[in-house]
Amino acid sequence: MRIDLTPRTNRSALMDALSPILAFLAALVVGGLVVAVMGRSPAAAFVTYFVAPLSEVWSLQEVAVKAAPLALIATGLAFCYRANIWNIGAEGQFVVGGLFGGWIGVASHGSPGDPLWVLPLMLLVGTGAGMLYGLIPALLKVRLGVSEILTSLMLVYVAELLLDYMARGPLRDPAGFNFPQSVTFDDAARLPYLMEGGTLHAGVAIALAVVVLATLVLGRTLFGFTVRVVGASPRAARFAGFSDGRLTLAVFAVSGGAAGLAGICEVAGRIGQLQPSISPGYGFTAIIVAFLGRLSPMGILVAALVIALTTIGGEGAQIDLKLPLDLTRAFQGLLLALVLGADALSRYRVRLVPGATA
Amino acid sequence: MVPVVPPVRTEGPTPLFGAYGIVKRFGAFTANDGIDLEIRAGEIHALLGENGAGKSTLMKILYGLLEPTEGVVTHRGDVVRLAHPEAARALGIGMVFQHFSLCENLTVAENIALVMPKGLSGRTLKARIAEVGSTYGLHLDPDRPVWSLSAGERQRIEIIRCLLQNPKLVILDEPTSVLTPGEAELLFTVLERLRDEGRALLYISHRLDEVRRLCARATILRGGRVVWACDPRAETARSLAAMMVGVQVREVKPPSGVATGPERLVLSGLTLPAPGLHGTALDGVSLSVRGGEIVGLAGIAGNGQAELFDALSGETLAPEAGMVRFDGVASGRLGITARRRGGAGFVPEERNGHGAAPTLSLSDNAILSRHATAGLSRFGVLRRAAAKALARDVIAAFDVRKAGPDPAAGTLSGGNLQKYLMGREILAEPGILVVNQPTWGVDALAAAHIRQALLDLASRGAAVLVISQDLDELFEIAGRIAVLHDGTLSSPVPAAETTREALGLRMGGANPAEAAEGPVAGAPDHAREPAHAH
Repeated sequence: MRIDLTPRTNRSALMDALSPILAFLAALVVGGLVVAVMGRSPAAAFVTYFVAPLSEVWSLQEVAVKAAPLALIATGLAFCYRANIWNIGAEGQFVVGGLFGGWIGVASHGSPGDPLWVLPLMLLVGTGAGMLYGLIPALLKVRLGVSEILTSLMLVYVAELLLDYMARGPLRDPAGFNFPQSVTFDDAARLPYLMEGGTLHAGVAIALAVVVLATLVLGRTLFGFTVRVVGASPRAARFAGFSDGRLTLAVFAVSGGAAGLAGICEVAGRIGQLQPSISPGYGFTAIIVAFLGRLSPMGILVAALVIALTTIGGEGAQIDLKLPLDLTRAFQGLLLALVLGADALSRYRVRLVPGATA
Repeated sequence: MVPVVPPVRTEGPTPLFGAYGIVKRFGAFTANDGIDLEIRAGEIHALLGENGAGKSTLMKILYGLLEPTEGVVTHRGDVVRLAHPEAARALGIGMVFQHFSLCENLTVAENIALVMPKGLSGRTLKARIAEVGSTYGLHLDPDRPVWSLSAGERQRIEIIRCLLQNPKLVILDEPTSVLTPGEAELLFTVLERLRDEGRALLYISHRLDEVRRLCARATILRGGRVVWACDPRAETARSLAAMMVGVQVREVKPPSGVATGPERLVLSGLTLPAPGLHGTALDGVSLSVRGGEIVGLAGIAGNGQAELFDALSGETLAPEAGMVRFDGVASGRLGITARRRGGAGFVPEERNGHGAAPTLSLSDNAILSRHATAGLSRFGVLRRAAAKALARDVIAAFDVRKAGPDPAAGTLSGGNLQKYLMGREILAEPGILVVNQPTWGVDALAAAHIRQALLDLASRGAAVLVISQDLDELFEIAGRIAVLHDGTLSSPVPAAETTREALGLRMGGANPAEAAEGPVAGAPDHAREPAHAH
């Protein structure tokens, strides 16, 4: 018995569109079964996970604030993954962006009269730092042929420990009773809130703008075309005159920059100071988001909202139903596996070949 | 071993294998539409037809890779069901595929062991390989790695694999497409011997001269139906071709006179190391192509064609700029985009994945090679409307058949995609055009169209370099022909002053001046019993 995957010659546009929705429904069914096995009501869990967070203004804002960095990072990663280049280190680029952008916030602390240049400079430095940090694995790959998967991943730990050291050491608030954190930023170094008394900050608008921009770049520019051709058909890309090396550098710069921007938006938006850790793993979750969104910026936006929703809902489930946080993680992983599986089924026909061995 | 022939029913003896009323539909498309075919023991039966005529589908049905929608396959008069290749093999049907399925890094014996029953000792296998090899003149060293073998030798592995199963029917799909004339001669001897042993052979080819030489019966398919069954020896190549395509094939206007235009493409001592383990190094390749002429490069696949094409296109840079000159400009160190801007065009051998990205639309594929030369991007922003207009122009000028307004390149048939890619480059009016295998796997009508377009381009003053394995094609369009063998290029000779045989010897690496006798086929003894493969 052998299982053959033969490409479908005429793919149905309807099934292409429906497959992520069907995958989501299948994930709900499996997740519900697991909840039932754990002795809780699947209906109550559904309400806690997917309805409750959408029913109140504060939790809706929380979903948006959580989704923004995911969408921003994943959009950058889409450029890499479309071109079959594997940046696994967005978490590190996120941290470095937050650290160096935040440094400006710390250094400008106490400047008189809330100068207007502080925030733009923070965003610029954060983006630039993420970009440069992303270029390290890219240069190693192009110049020395080192696998970018390993180097980008390992640089995550370098970045995390660097932030940890800076927040506990040189950048610690001298008047902070030895708490391992920096001064709280001045208002000039904070992203403004979009709603009175809420948590929704301007970083969400930045993320939306980047998603729209990325859609245009991918679809309408020669650079976006290059990314698509290199991913679809590397030899044809060389025939088109596109250089692999330059593209590797470019997509790492784009994804590193997007992750760095997300990092500084998180620091200047939600957190408002430097802490030893500024990310609950956004850079890794964004890899899931990128593939859930099928590497298209608009799809990524939807996927980021879904993942943010389950994360917020998961926190509620921990409190209300005493369901472990790991269940949420498992559900997110399950969702990715099912979406990828459904995608494969809409692209290939599965054929069982009885009795065949060779 | 002698077949027990059942009583005669209608006319002639019961065929060894029969296929009656075969219909195979894929969705709305009918690939085989009521095909009848009878194959008798001891005959070489030709299956002819253009691409898309339904040959491959019928062949796959006979080999158990596909099941027919309607119709039956019979074995000695009994209806059989071929649900999978194992069932076909059990009935004694063997197949030699056009594209070899061999592992390059394994040895000959290891590749053969892959398809043999488990538990066969290496020594027994080698003995059997040697036995089959000496019986049929298929000599192979079982310990050599496949990557070191020529295409002809690789094909021998496939044939030995097939013969070790002691087949009653051998299906051969375009077996000579990768062989030199000399290697093909050796293959014919083997095939005739298999026929004389009482085996049946189904021979699929588009080389009509071979079919006329080897086969006593031919079935011609067109549009999924049998249009004619005949004795090809009594026909001319032209009449067979006309039956295949349904209309008289247009004669291509032969090139006239000696080109006197300026030297537009000049290679001087182009030398490049082999790219990787299985590549071919180029060794001092020198050539000059004038405006107004087509120069043909003959040679068997794997003798440096791909490497030379990449060096011409700029996908591989030459070590020195002066080794490649386009219109006098030292271009060896320029990338492909700069060479295109200088007025050169390129059509690679591999359509899907090199000349075109199969998942992208035709208009995106217009951008692929013309983004810099047709103004399809302005300040880095694509001009989609212009790209669509260019794609429409190419489609109209080259009669490209396709479904939908702007389909993915991979959905086009091979011939139509090739017409699109040729049109994409020719409409740019290149001063220099380099084409690798312009009509490989393309049907006769499309091939004539493409060849005429190349001749027309040359007559407008362009220098055209055609790399092809098809000698007939080169004789049809090229003014001068050179031979590429093992990375070295012979000096080109006028096509009118040479012969297929002379070129064939050079393609095999011999110098025709020395080897006047031609290839000697291993003398077959015409024993009539089949080989006993234990």
